[in-house]
Amino acid sequence: MDQPPSDARSGVSRRAFIKGVIASGAVASSAAYLFRGNGETIFGQASATDSVERLITLNVNGQMRPVDVMRQETLAMTLRYKLGLTGTKIGCDRAECGACTVLVDDVPHYSCSMLTHTVRGRRVQTIEGLASGGQLHPVQQGVVDEQGFQCAFCMPGFVMAAVGFFKTNPNPTRQELAHGISGNLCRCQDYDKILTSLMRGGEYLAGRRS
Amino acid sequence: MAENKLIGHNYTPPDLVAKVTGRARYAEDFRADGMLFCKLLVSPMPHARVRSIDTSAALAMPGVKAILTADDLPDFGGAEKALTNEPFYAGEPILAVAAVDEVTAAEAVERINVDLEPLPFVVDPLESLRPGGPNARTTGNAWGPPMPGGQGPNAPAPPKTIKWTEEQFADADEGRLPIGEPGEEWSYGDLDAGFKSAAIVLDETFVVQSTGHHPMETRSAMAYWQNGKLYLHCSTQSVAQTVPAVARWVGIEPTQIVLISEYTGGGFGSKGGGTVSMAIPALLSKKANAPVMMRISRDDESYIGRARTNMTGRVKAGFAKDGRITALDLFIVQDNGSYGPMGDHRSAGLAASIIYQPPAMRWRAISVLTNTPPRSQQRSPGPMQANGMIEPLITKAAKQLGIDQVEIRKINSPVGKAIYGPVGPTGQRPRLTSAFVVEALDKGKETFRWDEKKAYSGQRRGSKVRGVGVAVGPHGAGSIGFDSLMTIRPDGKLYVQTGVGNLGTHSLMDLARVAAEVLAMPWEKVEVVWGDTGKGVPWSCLSVGSQTTHAMTRANFAGANDAKRKLQEIAAKDLGGAPDDYELGNERVYRRGSPGRGMAYTQAAQRAIELGGKYDGHEVPEDVNAMTKRAAAMHAGLGLMGVAKDNYPRNGTTYSFVVGFAEVEVDVETGKVTLIDYLGVGDVGTVINPRSLLAQIKGGSCLGIAHALQQKWVFDQKYGLMVSRRFHYTKPLTILDIPATMHADAVNLPDPETPVGARGVGEPPVGAGYGAVLNAIADAVGVDVFRRAPVTADLVLMSLENGRRMHEPLQAHV
Repeated sequence: MDQPPSDARSGVSRRAFIKGVIASGAVASSAAYLFRGNGETIFGQASATDSVERLITLNVNGQMRPVDVMRQETLAMTLRYKLGLTGTKIGCDRAECGACTVLVDDVPHYSCSMLTHTVRGRRVQTIEGLASGGQLHPVQQGVVDEQGFQCAFCMPGFVMAAVGFFKTNPNPTRQELAHGISGNLCRCQDYDKILTSLMRGGEYLAGRRS
Repeated sequence: MAENKLIGHNYTPPDLVAKVTGRARYAEDFRADGMLFCKLLVSPMPHARVRSIDTSAALAMPGVKAILTADDLPDFGGAEKALTNEPFYAGEPILAVAAVDEVTAAEAVERINVDLEPLPFVVDPLESLRPGGPNARTTGNAWGPPMPGGQGPNAPAPPKTIKWTEEQFADADEGRLPIGEPGEEWSYGDLDAGFKSAAIVLDETFVVQSTGHHPMETRSAMAYWQNGKLYLHCSTQSVAQTVPAVARWVGIEPTQIVLISEYTGGGFGSKGGGTVSMAIPALLSKKANAPVMMRISRDDESYIGRARTNMTGRVKAGFAKDGRITALDLFIVQDNGSYGPMGDHRSAGLAASIIYQPPAMRWRAISVLTNTPPRSQQRSPGPMQANGMIEPLITKAAKQLGIDQVEIRKINSPVGKAIYGPVGPTGQRPRLTSAFVVEALDKGKETFRWDEKKAYSGQRRGSKVRGVGVAVGPHGAGSIGFDSLMTIRPDGKLYVQTGVGNLGTHSLMDLARVAAEVLAMPWEKVEVVWGDTGKGVPWSCLSVGSQTTHAMTRANFAGANDAKRKLQEIAAKDLGGAPDDYELGNERVYRRGSPGRGMAYTQAAQRAIELGGKYDGHEVPEDVNAMTKRAAAMHAGLGLMGVAKDNYPRNGTTYSFVVGFAEVEVDVETGKVTLIDYLGVGDVGTVINPRSLLAQIKGGSCLGIAHALQQKWVFDQKYGLMVSRRFHYTKPLTILDIPATMHADAVNLPDPETPVGARGVGEPPVGAGYGAVLNAIADAVGVDVFRRAPVTADLVLMSLENGRRMHEPLQAHV
């Protein structure tokens, strides 16, 4: 089932086509429902036989990691399933929630919506790469000290977004920080405490508080 | 307890560092050698019957290892199964494919031919009640009242077929909810006399729509079998209680299951006792003889992830001149979704009776089946909808009578052991254990600077106009009768086992604080063991219904006192005197008055092992649950064991309350509503963990606020397909939708019917937020501007521009 025909000549409207599909009880599929080709990809649209993998090297958390990657593979999938870095979460796989936020060259990106091949030669940093030498990163410490987050599924995305934001704006107001991390959703709606803890983390980071 | 060292103080929960470093593992983070991936084939039709399935092309693909259909699942006589041959909603899973990777599994799904016979369907409960209207099932369209003795999870009684008459539907043309034959009803008091004596009588219709739970973590699960046991990594709100549910869904014994869920990324009621979809990776992995990862996408979650029930309410209420309600007549049409039966409509009626205390009340309701995704309880199921249906009417009454909005709620609030609801099977009407709502209203009114803000209500400043609103959100906040299990070991530490889920509310840790307090144990010496039934967990409550703090503080109080008693007995045995002569302090049990005469906990633990029997857990009380007995057996001989069932009495039903105060600003040129300020004040008993409590109040309030302002539930009526899928269409509150700072507080007055005095808090704030925001909008732009939520910009704008309400509640507005 490709794009439903909307050709006036054939006299078939899109609605009538869909109605016909339902009425005839024809092929059903989960990947397409009724609107195949509208971008409802699940893990690429290529068939299994087309999913050729290629060995590339990625710079992740300061380490050079060789990994086999499909052309259509997203960074979130590579991190989680091939590099053992499950700290980055998949909340929607559609750039609608921010749970997958990582830093690429210090800039926050939704890793679910980046092809892994596009980050070759760039620096990727995930939540696992923040702490070093047994010490938490200042922003992580702020979260611990203010007990930020509840279920914490959104936490890695928020923390990475905040770390990236502080690089360009190290001394924001609470409102400015809220704007800076507005690309991240929290369903427990812990926003008030999240802001408090990330503000504190920012203060630690800038050395304005210890 | 004397002066509390732990209870009422903030602390850092022990799992926080694991979460903040990304090391905490949720269900989809687990890996196993040879792990397969599974994809679901879901129904494209809202109601259909599978005539045949041709999987040959899929099975022929290299990399496809197994396919699971409904025929592979145990039969539940009509209750929801993980897979089905008669889908009741578009999006219901029909089969699952396991393959070497997701791409292959997805391709295999494309190659499967499912021949479906379309069946009649309905997505609007009122349409189904119309004479000649379609039914959601071939067997009926509505659920009846609950069966006596309760309904088992396997086989609900068959649905009924209820149709109303054309005459009854005449009301719908006036925008009022038609009233026909209810499914259930109760009443008390003299309704007619109540209405006759009223100064004003109002009759309004209000729609509270469904919203999906959409926790950030979908219900992914990973399963494998080893030595005849099922290992299930899943996402659940209750570790202990999910085990029997999984056993039923998979068709095995509970003792054959090891369930791991140490971190759950939200549930809000949709993962209460696990989720039926967990059966899929379990049975697929058995069939494929390999571990199976079922990654649930956000799209799948929109379908199987549960949602709240819709309720349309027809509310008729009489008020005396001073604002006191004289009579309340409530009719609810509930959209039950495709399964259930759901009970929200009952809790809504009881909640209305509790917070408004009408001397005469009638509740009638009908719960209609529709071919829409299945519902489950969602944070304050019932009471939130009650707030939504009734608050706008209270606000209107106050305006008409010239009474302050806070004062009218004070006059009608429950006090102390207030009576509510109809006469029960004992011949008595039930009572609350306690209520301090008036105190919360007073405290909040002052903290929020209500009188100051009220002065600006309805005044235009440029294109903006402000308003303030207040609402009381109630919810049942405590179950009882669960077990506790802990050991003091020779290393001097206290190990507290618990079977509740970890949703990050910290109630999981708070319950251990109670045990530590009783045993005078410093917090650094306490280890909480949770999340893995392989480590032995006692029978614990579900982390739903605001239960955990109440139920598990009682249980742990009992278990800790059991350990305390044993410490005293061992000391008396070895050092003389009676057990009551001994006290606890500084990690020692010592003779009162002579601290030198005693023994350290480390010694007492060692002695307990030597003495055996009940002291080290080889003998446990008869009344604890079988699961607790097995867990105790796992720990017998490790130290001094405290194990007990919560047998404390409780006189009344436990309810908690949160009072929400909201200030909004409406832009009359764009219709946009902005939340300027918000305060939630909790009447939740003794506060165990202040920081966490305040976060629960704010977070829960935000869920209610999202219902009021922006979350959607939209169906294509013609094809029965859900339009409002994923976050894009049903947008939760974002960080920019709340004021820069939200406020919360609590009255911290103990509940007298529970030893620790603590009640639960998760749900009351939802109704408080929802009601307060709706009332604030009405205060700003008028009490007749809207009759359904979410109150979107177009709703506000249409009404303002035309000088009257332009939408009728019973018509959908996309």
